[in-house]
Amino acid sequence: MHRFKRFLAVLHARNVEFIRDRTALSWNIILPILLVAGFAFLFSKQANNSYKVVVIGDGLDVKEYTLQHTKLLSKSNKFFLTKYVKFIPGDKLEAGIDKVRRHKVDMLIKLDTPVKYWINASSKKGYVLEKILLLSQSTGVEISNPPSREMVKGKEINEIDWLIPGILAMNIMFSCLFGIGYVIVRYRKMGVLKRFQATPLTAFEFLAAQIVSRLCLIMIITTIVFIGCVVIVDLNVVGGYFPLFIVFLLGSTSLISLGLIVAARSTSEEYANGILNLLSWPMMIFSGVWFSLEGLHPAAQVFAQALPLTHMIEAARAIINEGKTLLDVSYNLVALAAMTVGFIIIGAVSFKWDRF
Amino acid sequence: MKTGVPILQVENIIKVFPSIRAVDGVSFSIDTGTCFGLLGPNGAGKTTTLEIIEGVAKPTSGNILYKGEKIGRRFQQEAGFLFQTTALQEFLTVIETLKLFRQLYDHVSPLDELIETCSLEPLLKSDTRKLSGGQRQRVLLAIALINDPEIVFLDEPTTGMDPQARQNFWELIKRIKQKNKTIILTTHYMEEAEQLCDIISIMDQGKIITQDKPERLLSKHFDDVLLQIPIENFPSGLKRLQEEHEIRTGMVLIHTRNVHQTILNLNELDVDLTQLIVRNRNLEDLFLKLTGKELRA
Repeated sequence: MHRFKRFLAVLHARNVEFIRDRTALSWNIILPILLVAGFAFLFSKQANNSYKVVVIGDGLDVKEYTLQHTKLLSKSNKFFLTKYVKFIPGDKLEAGIDKVRRHKVDMLIKLDTPVKYWINASSKKGYVLEKILLLSQSTGVEISNPPSREMVKGKEINEIDWLIPGILAMNIMFSCLFGIGYVIVRYRKMGVLKRFQATPLTAFEFLAAQIVSRLCLIMIITTIVFIGCVVIVDLNVVGGYFPLFIVFLLGSTSLISLGLIVAARSTSEEYANGILNLLSWPMMIFSGVWFSLEGLHPAAQVFAQALPLTHMIEAARAIINEGKTLLDVSYNLVALAAMTVGFIIIGAVSFKWDRF
Repeated sequence: MKTGVPILQVENIIKVFPSIRAVDGVSFSIDTGTCFGLLGPNGAGKTTTLEIIEGVAKPTSGNILYKGEKIGRRFQQEAGFLFQTTALQEFLTVIETLKLFRQLYDHVSPLDELIETCSLEPLLKSDTRKLSGGQRQRVLLAIALINDPEIVFLDEPTTGMDPQARQNFWELIKRIKQKNKTIILTTHYMEEAEQLCDIISIMDQGKIITQDKPERLLSKHFDDVLLQIPIENFPSGLKRLQEEHEIRTGMVLIHTRNVHQTILNLNELDVDLTQLIVRNRNLEDLFLKLTGKELRA
């Protein structure tokens, strides 16, 4: 009972401190809104004019199937000579169809007999590409059998819909790492922790209060920013809100726990700042905030899987953009949970109140 | 508590840092209701000693017993602390800070009584970041007393205060003494120790040099008085001065057991006695004698 009373007291004090710190509060809310608004503006002005066609060869290995093959194909089919169309080699049919469904590419061609192609029923570019393909058929003798069409349905994921989960997750990351790591180091340096240490408050009660406080504040702020994204930039959320909440909750807990490790012993804000930057920048680059991890060097992809932000972004995108369920993203959730447990154990074991 | 057992026993504590032996075999015991003063210059080891007793720092070796038991949860519940360097959580008012600390203890002092004792009524709604040095120390003292402690640790509580604020703070500490609380006070203000402490322990270079009641310490080490005269009042210099003497900050301090005879001798030397001060030995003199340093070195 007394334990819970102490936990609640520290939790309340920390929440009050955060809410009254207008600079930190407004920065936590305004920064992600500015980022989202800025990118929405940028991407609304940059219409993507190129046409993208994924070509899957019949029985060809993806490694040997390069654009060179597509060029060779152009000798037998004038469609492949069409300017301003980017032909991309593909290997998996289902993955290609999924890209057509999500408007990531405009057409999928499988070099079979007869040739099969997939377009999205709501894609204007798909419609144009189909016309060109059929026109090249009628003017030449390139393909003996007429191509057969498969129609796919699916709403377009525009760039901003894809970016928003990453930006939200990135904001959570900064808030967790610096909100916990930096604050506790500052408390230690100023002597606030020393004062608490001399009371019956335990390290567990103190740390639990810091974690819960930061978690509550982050979830509230993220919810506000998320609502702002839906209302202002018309974010299209295909999946459920509850799975998304769980992903952000678990992701935040994991990142807060990582912040605890940084805060465990240091008394120097400069040192903590350096370490926090050392943690956050690789995540900014390798966790897929700004670009897809597809195409990255395999070693970088393996490294990305060791970062909590990667799993939060992957799971959030899968839910927001593709309507996946918690079960579908269970791999990411398990990874986040495992990291959380590991980080908390390391942070709690190495935690020191004061400099001694 | 067992009858006759001191409230606090410190047994041969040692604290070694990589570059220094900060505490070197310190032992003492304190009875309930005593105000125990730990004196020493900066770097003497008194704050480290205090932090070890408080449980904030771990000793390299040695034992600390509170009411005959090793210090633990009971000690944390029954002890109050005012640290030399500490800070309060930011963006909270004084009353919010007091309420926060009240929630951390099982047994607490009545809030109204605490506010009155520490004269905090006008400050209750003030942001703790905006308090003056003296106001801030009063809030920290209130926090130290919030659990109605049986033993209170005050580590240089009046450092940095102006004389008025210091006097006021001493009055607060006297009020706490009247409630039969045990107080452990570190200070480098001799006057503070003389006014407040029942027992004084002098530390230097990590060791306790001497310890006793202030008056017994002085009578044990001195049997003379001092005549204090500005050095410029000696027209022919100090060469002809026969009495044992020393010079401190522009003053000649003459040691004597016979004031009358010394004044006659000074008259013969044509010394201007208009600024003569005759005073008893004090703790500053004792400290200088034992360590060769001034208390606030």
